[in-house]
Amino acid sequence: MGNENNRELTMAAAISEGMAQEMERDENVFVMGEDVAKYGGIFGATGGLLDRFGADRVMDTPISETAFIGAATGAAAEGMRPVVELMFVDFFGVCMDQIYNHMAKNIYMSGGNVKLPVVLTTAIGGGYNDAAQHSQCLYGLFAHVPGLKIVVPSNAYDAKGMMIEAIRDDNPVMYFFHKGIMGLLWMAYFTGSTTHVPEESYTVPFGKAKVVREGNDITLVTLSQMVHKSMQAAETLESDGISVEVIDLRTLVPLDKDTILNSVAKTNRLCVADEDYLSFGLSGEIVAIVAENLDSIDLTCPVKRLAVKDMPIPYSPPLENAAIPQSSDIENTIRGMMA
Amino acid sequence: MIEPTTDKMLWMYEQMLIIREFEETMVNIYLEGKLPPEIQEGLAFDIGSGPVPGEMHLAAGQEPVAVGTCAHLKKDDTITGTHRPHHFAIAKGVSINALAAEIFGKVTGLGRGKGGHMHLFDVENKFGCSGIIGAGMPQACGAALAAKKKGKDWVTVTFFGEGAANQGSFHESLNLAALWNLPVIFICEDNSYAISVTKDESTAIANNADRAAGYGMPGVSVDNNDALEVFSVVGEAVSRARAGEGPSLIECKTDRYLGHFQGDAEAYRPEGEVEKLRENDPIDLLRDHLVASDAMSDDNEKEIKDRASATVKAAYEFARASDYPDTSEVAQHVFV
Repeated sequence: MGNENNRELTMAAAISEGMAQEMERDENVFVMGEDVAKYGGIFGATGGLLDRFGADRVMDTPISETAFIGAATGAAAEGMRPVVELMFVDFFGVCMDQIYNHMAKNIYMSGGNVKLPVVLTTAIGGGYNDAAQHSQCLYGLFAHVPGLKIVVPSNAYDAKGMMIEAIRDDNPVMYFFHKGIMGLLWMAYFTGSTTHVPEESYTVPFGKAKVVREGNDITLVTLSQMVHKSMQAAETLESDGISVEVIDLRTLVPLDKDTILNSVAKTNRLCVADEDYLSFGLSGEIVAIVAENLDSIDLTCPVKRLAVKDMPIPYSPPLENAAIPQSSDIENTIRGMMA
Repeated sequence: MIEPTTDKMLWMYEQMLIIREFEETMVNIYLEGKLPPEIQEGLAFDIGSGPVPGEMHLAAGQEPVAVGTCAHLKKDDTITGTHRPHHFAIAKGVSINALAAEIFGKVTGLGRGKGGHMHLFDVENKFGCSGIIGAGMPQACGAALAAKKKGKDWVTVTFFGEGAANQGSFHESLNLAALWNLPVIFICEDNSYAISVTKDESTAIANNADRAAGYGMPGVSVDNNDALEVFSVVGEAVSRARAGEGPSLIECKTDRYLGHFQGDAEAYRPEGEVEKLRENDPIDLLRDHLVASDAMSDDNEKEIKDRASATVKAAYEFARASDYPDTSEVAQHVFV
């Protein structure tokens, strides 16, 4: 392991370590989902858990998403703390009712009497040519439904702390991990997502965005894998004398409006870089929040949004690269705003 | 045949009376403020008016399923129910006052007025229900899984209609419950109608209980809407579940005396059907059994009926007298 103080983990390993430490701490925590046990999760988020905790606490399920996600809600209502994985966010269509009509609403409809400490994990994102049914982000869709906390980590340190925070939360938390930052041995990834991760247990609070790069000329609001593309763009722009402040939202619900507003008040320019669909979604929400506060913020140029421009994610590599915003798109957009 | 004790039978009788009176009283309460001339001109009925607005699904006629089942349940056993939930909520021991208050949208209701009649949650009595067809079955699997993980002998009962047996959630849940040997009792209340669509128009086989064979669990059909018969069949399933022997599917053929919801014109019903069903009323059936077996005297009967009426009356008075929630509560309880 080398020097403990510098230990680095991939995001996948950090997530499973967070789960493992909570399973050690609380016998009510268990994990279930498709291929989470023997396989360790298709994207590695539950790696090693079966060997350590056994099949009673790390359970492979049938391909019955309505049944096992509903079961997670039912078990949580009885005081268990299930972590349930659905392999791809794209598959939620087959079980949406259990999520948006039950998991999201039962606390409210009970007048706060029911607690639902369930964590629903899922893989998001494109960039590896898996086409329209395996490449979406969709966190904006779930953030739109009241009653779900929405967590979207961009790196291993945050991923572990937010997993532990999620498991300890008495509310349903949807935890979205981007495939292209998990540090898998079989998919190219942004190595910046592999970070130092302390061995001890710790939490990263929800509702606190992180300024991952300070700057004065423009605020770039982003999240998940797009943080890494944004950082690449910011570095290139820095050499041209453009100072970009990059904000990693980390959670959509709750959303840290203050960090966004304070930054835009300083830079007077806003760009949002997102991998979800453009219209009616996350990027529009961020812009609306700034627009609602124009009494205290001056904008020196119109805001810009980068996102998937309202088409399904295409398969062909040049098409996918064109559909999903890249570092160069961010760079060009910001240059245009500074012109 | 598992026979209830006399005390249990008397309890079932009284619960059936309470449920019937609760439901039939609601028929009239529900109409308050919904008819001309109080409503928008040109309308015959306004669903959103009156002290009890919104949809209202009543269970008069289906009492045997609720009491025959709940007679076996303890406080620690869980129920997940349907959009037609009053009968098994009452039989499970949910506070009838808080139930009535929730239906009136009052702050003293089970969900402080946020749920309404299809969305009742009582953590203490481990009761929940949903307005979505077939949605309770997956959550029942989860409750049963929790009991198993905690090493308790708690069972979970999930009620659903025969229409829900054609939902994917039914099939996914039966497989999961059998696969994991979960203490779930799946109880199909077959009242012949999914709103207006009859079972033979919707379902490829005559008895949903037969579908249990496809999932490797026992399936039993109770055909006569008799509380004692339900008691016997459910008793066996509950014993199996408590003993760790896994899930069961029970189909109870029962009768819905009222519309799918109140205000339903019921044009799909053959003329005179309900009158005919009422000739074999399950409450009378149990009463006659109690009298014939000398388990209930005339005095007993009067006392039970008076008590049942007083219970229902008090519940509706409580609901009416309670306050609405303050609007400052609207944003509370999205999260705990």
